[in-house]
Amino acid sequence: MPYHPPRYPHHPPTDHGARHPVIIVGGGMVGLATALDLAQRNIPVVLLDDDDTVSIGSRAICHAKRSLEYLSRLGLGDALLAKGVTWNTGRVFAGENQVFAFDLQQEAGHEFPAFINLQQYHLEELLVQACQSAGVDLRWKHRVTHATPDGTLTIETPHGPTTLHADWLLAADGARSEIRRSLNLPFVGKVFQDRFLIADVTMQAPFPAERWFWFDPPFHPGGSVLLHRQADNVWRIDFQLGWNADPEEEKRPENVRPRVQAMLGPNTAFELEWVSVYTFRCRRLENFRHNRILFLGDAAHQVSPFGARGGNGGLQDADNLAWKLAAVLNGNAPETLLDTYDAERIPAADENILNSTRSTDFITPKNEAAHAYRAAILELAAHHPFARPLVNSGRLSRPATYLNSPLNTPDDATWQAGPPPGTPAPDAPTDEGWLLRRLPPTFCALSFGPAPALGLPTLTLPPQGPAATRYGASAGDLYFLRPDHHIAARWHRPTPAQVAAAHRRALCQS
Amino acid sequence: MPELILTPHLADPDGVFEALMNAHRDLPPDASRRLDAKLVLLLANHIGDAEIVKQAIALASAPA
Repeated sequence: MPYHPPRYPHHPPTDHGARHPVIIVGGGMVGLATALDLAQRNIPVVLLDDDDTVSIGSRAICHAKRSLEYLSRLGLGDALLAKGVTWNTGRVFAGENQVFAFDLQQEAGHEFPAFINLQQYHLEELLVQACQSAGVDLRWKHRVTHATPDGTLTIETPHGPTTLHADWLLAADGARSEIRRSLNLPFVGKVFQDRFLIADVTMQAPFPAERWFWFDPPFHPGGSVLLHRQADNVWRIDFQLGWNADPEEEKRPENVRPRVQAMLGPNTAFELEWVSVYTFRCRRLENFRHNRILFLGDAAHQVSPFGARGGNGGLQDADNLAWKLAAVLNGNAPETLLDTYDAERIPAADENILNSTRSTDFITPKNEAAHAYRAAILELAAHHPFARPLVNSGRLSRPATYLNSPLNTPDDATWQAGPPPGTPAPDAPTDEGWLLRRLPPTFCALSFGPAPALGLPTLTLPPQGPAATRYGASAGDLYFLRPDHHIAARWHRPTPAQVAAAHRRALCQS
Repeated sequence: MPELILTPHLADPDGVFEALMNAHRDLPPDASRRLDAKLVLLLANHIGDAEIVKQAIALASAPA
């Protein structure tokens, strides 16, 4: 059953030269999530997209637990769990043999699995519907051809050109960002001298819902192959081709089909949904905030796909920026709060780039020594557990921890356990449902045992039980959370004044 | 900070050298290279301290 993308209606522009408080450019998953988050915070948003549909082709598929927790806060959790393919296990093979398997969900008691796989187009359809319901002004077939540093946008539409002015301009327009180009901002980093054939294939196949990665398999000698299951019996297969491969030749169906058939065996029928050939890059902007223009997702930073750090990193950008921009627009915080978007998300981007670069370097050895070391690691790993952590087929996306954020209030007492300030609040089962589902998308407190009156939404949990254990908490302990559910502070028996001070600090008011 | 040992530390240096040469004796160059890589990885794991390994890498990389 091939996928039929929706076509969204586009209209002639009627507000030539108008000024809007927030314009988002780019209706991919990061732009849409940011728009939805802002709209749910009652910020009026105009979103411009150069197409009239969702992302087609081989885009993000692996959505990490932290992204799912964010999307659940935006109201999409149940739909994603229902539609996506849940997986926690990865296997690595070398030649014909499994080298080892790993489980990414190390403990029970979380609502969301380590990952679900879901085609980006399905996620974007859900986000578009939610944006429509939330009142986002979605303008399709609006291609931004130029942006000025003060937020003036030159736009082409099928109905003719127009111009808009943004008080705040959010650039979520992807790796080839036109806004980045207009502002002449350098986007530098590393190109990997390798090519990969990405095929999305529809088939009935006996593989389980796991991540399988082969080094040098019999069906693709000398290269690596990655296999992932997606929704609707679509499978992502990723063949390493080498630098000398001809991209145009390699993506012709008559050349792709024998590669896939060799992998699946002669008796498995399949259809090609989408095929492309990629070269991967790791690079980022020097700064993501340029006064009142802010860059998110691939427009700000780009990674190779091993590790699922592109889409998941982009969603963490959205989660980080939306509440801060809403606080500034509502007059609750000074504009300097937005400098902490850089302070928190640039180290996160660097962590993603570092991990993605190391994985790609392992997968694409650069010289004889790198080949020899990789072969040595794979041989040793088959027999000796010590070598398995050295095998790098992708270090899968983990949530960023903002341990050094200026928004944190440092611990003023000793904690034996539990997540320190800057960490995303961990989920846990409670008597009335999942902990994260019970938290509002605002500043809030999580109290173990009775809390003092704080003038703040407060979730009170018993001082014993799974949540208390996970938070290392006993009676009187209190965690103070930001709207993105990162921990801003924690205390044993705080005074309301301490909590108020942490609240001001987390808004850059002091 | 731990320091890479650079004073004599092997009770039988000739025996260790001989064991290394014996392991390489009949190997073609690529297998020989892979053997050395395995040895480095095994010994690095045994040492367990990345700082010591990096000191060794720096020393080995320095011009003679």
